[in-house]
Amino acid sequence: MSILQPEEKAPARVAEAVLLLVALALGMGGMWMVGYSLEDGLPEGFWTYSIVLAALAFTIHIVLRLRAPYADQVILPAVVLLNSVSMAMILRQDLDGINGANASRHLMWTSLGIVVAVVVLFVIRDHRSLRRLTYTAMVVGIVLVVLPLIPGLGREINGARIWIYVGSFSLQPAEFAKIAFAVFFAGYLVANRDTLALAGRKFLGLQLPRLRDLGPILIVWAVSLAVLIGEKDLGTSLLFFGLFVGMLYLATDRVGWIVIGLVMFAGGAVVAWSIFSHVQLRVNIWLDALNPDLITGPSFQLVQGLFAMAYGGMFGAGWGGGYPEYVPFAFSDFIYASLGEELGLTGLLAILLIYLVIVQRGLRHAVGVRDGFGKLLAGGLAFVMALQLFVVVGGITRLIPLTGLTLPFMAQGGSSLLANWIVIALMLRISDAARRPSALPTRGALAEPVPAAVANGGAIEVGGPGAGPVQAGTEAGAGRNATPDDATQIVRGVDL
Amino acid sequence: MSELTFTLLRLGYLVLLWVFVLSAVAVLRRDLAGPRTSNSRRRRPEQAGPAPTPAPGGGASRAPQRGGPSRLVVVAGPLTGTTIPLTSSGVLIGRAPSCTLVLDDDYSSSRHARIFPQGGQWFVEDLGSTNGTYIGEERVQGVIPLGPGVGVQIGQSVVELQG
Repeated sequence: MSILQPEEKAPARVAEAVLLLVALALGMGGMWMVGYSLEDGLPEGFWTYSIVLAALAFTIHIVLRLRAPYADQVILPAVVLLNSVSMAMILRQDLDGINGANASRHLMWTSLGIVVAVVVLFVIRDHRSLRRLTYTAMVVGIVLVVLPLIPGLGREINGARIWIYVGSFSLQPAEFAKIAFAVFFAGYLVANRDTLALAGRKFLGLQLPRLRDLGPILIVWAVSLAVLIGEKDLGTSLLFFGLFVGMLYLATDRVGWIVIGLVMFAGGAVVAWSIFSHVQLRVNIWLDALNPDLITGPSFQLVQGLFAMAYGGMFGAGWGGGYPEYVPFAFSDFIYASLGEELGLTGLLAILLIYLVIVQRGLRHAVGVRDGFGKLLAGGLAFVMALQLFVVVGGITRLIPLTGLTLPFMAQGGSSLLANWIVIALMLRISDAARRPSALPTRGALAEPVPAAVANGGAIEVGGPGAGPVQAGTEAGAGRNATPDDATQIVRGVDL
Repeated sequence: MSELTFTLLRLGYLVLLWVFVLSAVAVLRRDLAGPRTSNSRRRRPEQAGPAPTPAPGGGASRAPQRGGPSRLVVVAGPLTGTTIPLTSSGVLIGRAPSCTLVLDDDYSSSRHARIFPQGGQWFVEDLGSTNGTYIGEERVQGVIPLGPGVGVQIGQSVVELQG
């Protein structure tokens, strides 16, 4: 692992601006082609959509220049690209008169998402301030998960009880719970990872944790099972549990946790499968999608999605060339299939790569940031996005059973957009901290020689007056429980 | 719109999509390779031989005295065997992560002591530590010259300068 050498002066963020232009051009190009292929003219509202998207994108760009000048330059354009391509796709379905597709509503939620991201960037000057909210976040997360179960507030739609209704607005609180849980896990694990990592005995080459340290993972397991049973939401349950196991592994570097997590999930899944008919149905749809008995009913959507992607082939049918009206929920849950139909495998792979870039940036900054809490939070947020993507795309392409998660930034739906823009704002904030130049050497690293110090009679300005910021990572630092074997590690300057 | 135009636009769109992906990856590459990684930091301390390789910055970082001590070695305590090449900026020892030599030791203070060169001679200075810094049985008061091979006790560790 190498150490990120911080740039000396605040970058002008030119790369970001250029990439943003390309991203917006792709969004506008999509809408333009949709209009010309469906109506032989500019689609209604073309300029509104384009100008609003461009204005919002450059607003957040300028906010980043002012508030987080060292933040990553690729994340924002990548997200704007995904968001504006989905804008084009939803506009396309809206023009086709597909029931439910609503381009202006999608634009409204996008704008709201970006505004919230800007607010987050302004309010949270330092991601470490979130650490104080560790247990608040836990309570908030659990409340959000439980909300849909409250009679009168939650409502069951299409077999899943994951929405709450406030007036005419519907929300999926689980999307926000994801962020709250990431904050809680990061704070909890930073404080406790040494016990989780080092106590316990070895068994078959795996370091197994002590029984009493299993408490939190059991609680999270119970919560995710409750989600699975009470709300019949397979995807969210998988997401929460996967998030915790993933972050445990990030924090402790013990494969034992992953094994325990997978075994517990497999056990829970098998039990759920044998008890609940809706889980059995999901599995049957997955394994036997083309069964004539299922194809007209339960597996209709999945199979139509597969047909759509097959119709798209290698290069796609082109914007406006597909038949999204045959795929139920082509604008939200199945937008991936619609994109496959019109952009082809080539386009889908590009979109997946863009997601990969976002996730890679998140993990990269988890390596780069100095405090343990930031590392875990960035790593967890990036991991949960990757996991969500896997669950959604895997479900649509019939790799795993289909679940009701949304494709981040692409599916029409306010909660998902809002929550994921918050995730991006946090990622940008952490990346700013990771890349900001600092007088502090990375923990354990050799101090850079200071030439001026010779003239001062060898004064050491290693820590300088700003020795405070590293303290947050102290409890988590790898050197804390160093054994003689680790001794060289400490001086070599490779931390986590 | 004619069939041909539509096909060209359709493929052109995919090309532009990939242009975006590739240029994003190109921006990332600046992080993965190139000048941002500093080799001098990756060097294992053990490999630092008797003559320390000058770090970037040339003569300024060389040990001030030719033939003088070139490294600081931990000879007792949990970090025994750890070696740090000496530079003109000296070595700060303590529990704080900002120290050059980070001790994991309840008996040491966060900024415990420093060892630094001045006028061709190395000195050790106690930075007001709780449990003190000792040379032999004697507690270090103020700044004391330190020769090679003399053990300095800091908490549970003993460090010394070596040729």
